[in-house]
Amino acid sequence: MASSDVARQMVRKTARPLALSGHVGFDSLPDQLVNKSTNQGFCFNILCIGETGIGKSTLMDTLFNTNFENFESSHFEPKVKLRAQTYDLQESNVRLKLTIVNTVGFGDQMNKQESYQHIVDYIDTQFESYLQEELKIKRSLHNYHDSRIHACLYFIAPSGHSLKSLDLVTMKKLDSKVNIIPVIAKADTISKSELHKFKIKIMSELVSNGVQIYQFPIDDETVAQINTIMNGHLPFAVVGSTEEVNVGNKMVKARQYPWGVVQVENENHCDFVKLREMLICVNMEDLREQTHTRHYELYRRCKLEEMGFKDTDPESKPVSLQQTYEAKRQEFVGELQRREEEMRQQFVQRVKEKEAELKEAERELQSRFEQLKRLHMEERNKLEEKRKTLEDDISSFGKRKAATELLQAQSLNANIKKDKDRKK
Amino acid sequence: MTTNIRHKGRTIKSEDGEEKEYVGFATLPNQVHRKSVKKGFDFTLMVAGESGLGKSTLLNSLFLTDLYKDRKLLNAEERINQTVEITKHTVDIEEKGVKLKLTIVDTPGFGDAVNNTECWKPLTDYIDQQFEQYFRDESGLNRKNIQDNRVHCCLYFIPPFGHGLRPMDVQFMKALQDKVNVVPLISKADCLTPTEMRRMKDRVRDEIERFGIKVYQFPECDSDEDEEFKQQDKELKESTPFAVIGSSTVVEARGQRLRGRLYPWGIVEVENQSHCDFVKLRNMLIRTHMHDLKDITCDVHYENYRAQCIQQMTSKLTQDNRVESPIPILPLSTPDVETEKLIKMKDEELRRMQEMLQKMQQQMHEQEL
Repeated sequence: MASSDVARQMVRKTARPLALSGHVGFDSLPDQLVNKSTNQGFCFNILCIGETGIGKSTLMDTLFNTNFENFESSHFEPKVKLRAQTYDLQESNVRLKLTIVNTVGFGDQMNKQESYQHIVDYIDTQFESYLQEELKIKRSLHNYHDSRIHACLYFIAPSGHSLKSLDLVTMKKLDSKVNIIPVIAKADTISKSELHKFKIKIMSELVSNGVQIYQFPIDDETVAQINTIMNGHLPFAVVGSTEEVNVGNKMVKARQYPWGVVQVENENHCDFVKLREMLICVNMEDLREQTHTRHYELYRRCKLEEMGFKDTDPESKPVSLQQTYEAKRQEFVGELQRREEEMRQQFVQRVKEKEAELKEAERELQSRFEQLKRLHMEERNKLEEKRKTLEDDISSFGKRKAATELLQAQSLNANIKKDKDRKK
Repeated sequence: MTTNIRHKGRTIKSEDGEEKEYVGFATLPNQVHRKSVKKGFDFTLMVAGESGLGKSTLLNSLFLTDLYKDRKLLNAEERINQTVEITKHTVDIEEKGVKLKLTIVDTPGFGDAVNNTECWKPLTDYIDQQFEQYFRDESGLNRKNIQDNRVHCCLYFIPPFGHGLRPMDVQFMKALQDKVNVVPLISKADCLTPTEMRRMKDRVRDEIERFGIKVYQFPECDSDEDEEFKQQDKELKESTPFAVIGSSTVVEARGQRLRGRLYPWGIVEVENQSHCDFVKLRNMLIRTHMHDLKDITCDVHYENYRAQCIQQMTSKLTQDNRVESPIPILPLSTPDVETEKLIKMKDEELRRMQEMLQKMQQQMHEQEL
């Protein structure tokens, strides 16, 4: 790998600029690219994060000039959920596959410590599925429906003071994963002077907390100027409306109040036009590129490092993915075998233990049995003795009885003889 | 109350034109008026709601003073784990000889942290403390100078950016409904068009009913009041919750200098009834219903607290079986319940151990046979 790098450098050094003497025609390369991508169609994914009712769906409707048929969500969702909807739009001959992901129930819970987690997980899931596709053996990346989030519009509530604590926490967690574009929602509640102070406060809070929001690119000369100006207007204060009001002689998108009419596309009233310009007209492709080259690469690197892959092994020699993969596999198989062995040994040991236990129990039972038997024998012996003594007693008693009877009979006889003698 | 007196003349003529004797107690209202002016009034108002909803601005507009000089607002990162504080501002204001001692109880930090579970606890504790203080003062020996610091009304600010009440709003109002008069307000009303405002109010009213939240109800007007008053009262009731806008800046509009907010597309006038309900709120709070709020606090909320307190004291007395002073140091809230729970747990454990013992005995018995 190192040798080919060196070779390439040498080639570049020796590549000398050549002047053309005629028109070759490769200046149509960008056009060919454009034609190809136009035929393919473009894909763009926006994530809208904001409290319930802050105007996410209305702004999307206004931005893309259609009705996306969103329904109101309730304030009583127990957890933050994400709802993704994909639409196919067409303008001139350019097709756009637009996916809008809205948060449901964001900021409604009492305990919002876990609110950001679901969003972060969703973004990671999209990155993961792209990574899986990339790592497949048989892959079709050009047909793959890229669902990675290209832009995240974070809707800030127009309190007029500063960011909410939830906003700060969430944006900090997301700034390394997605291009964050903060917008001030429902900006028709803030007067001009308050708005100026509010924007400064928000930007200073973001900077002092190290939150990296998306900066419009200034390295391309054609758009550098306008992008620099727009960067100074961040965050955009927007008003969304799908209703039309008659102003002058035209029907414009506006909100009608008893004290006046807020026109959405009037740059004096709000920054909607700026947002549309920046998000869609000028920088959409850059957003996609940043997502792929910066955020996705970061995710990929972290994920692969987590799995144990490295670009260079301990001796600082470049290691290819296959080698690492093989090594990992061996390790894994070895680990598996070891675990199996361990389990088997454990099993054997347990069996032995159980056997010993049972033997012990058996022995105990045996001894108990013997003991009982002995007791039984003793009892029996005792009984035998008692019986003998009883029999002896009975027999002696019998003898005595016989003797006394005899004596009695004799004495009776003697008495009868005496009586007889006397009578005679 | 004093503005609605119908003055009765010195002599009363009955239907047949005879002059009745004049006793003079018709001047009682005037006497009350005089005495109350001399004594002065006091009112304690609590405001609660997330920061950035315009509470301070509204209070400044209501009482036409600047209550919040030199206020320091916290940054977002400082508020992540913020606890709710209670701050009190007392101002003495006077108008046409009538003095009002106004105490504003502010709750900075409410609902600002990331985890807001039970963030209203400091508020309920504060209200209970004031009740307890008054209870002790009332039962004390020297009752000459009792200061009434009980909270008479709590203005709760509902953010207009959502679709109705949020779980925090519901839980907060339910926690406070039995302790103080809760008046919900829709803040920053210049964010909603008239149609959206109607929808929001209906939504909030429905949800208040659905969740059974007891907010402050205006008293029914007497049947002998005139029609105009009754009509006003009806309108008042139908426009709750009030949608308010506050402003501490004065702008030029329609040739006058008014309090309002200046936008590129128009000027919102705070005191214009078609723009917001600020005037209705001011009338209700200060001009017509201030005393009713105080009455309900004294008669309903305080009495409930007092009854609860006494009940707990008597149950504690019977448990302890000692003679204690009539008022304990602190009416403990739930020690009995906790000890009972402990006892129950211990009983369960004992029972379980007994069962186990029995089982073991049986087993041994079987083995022996």
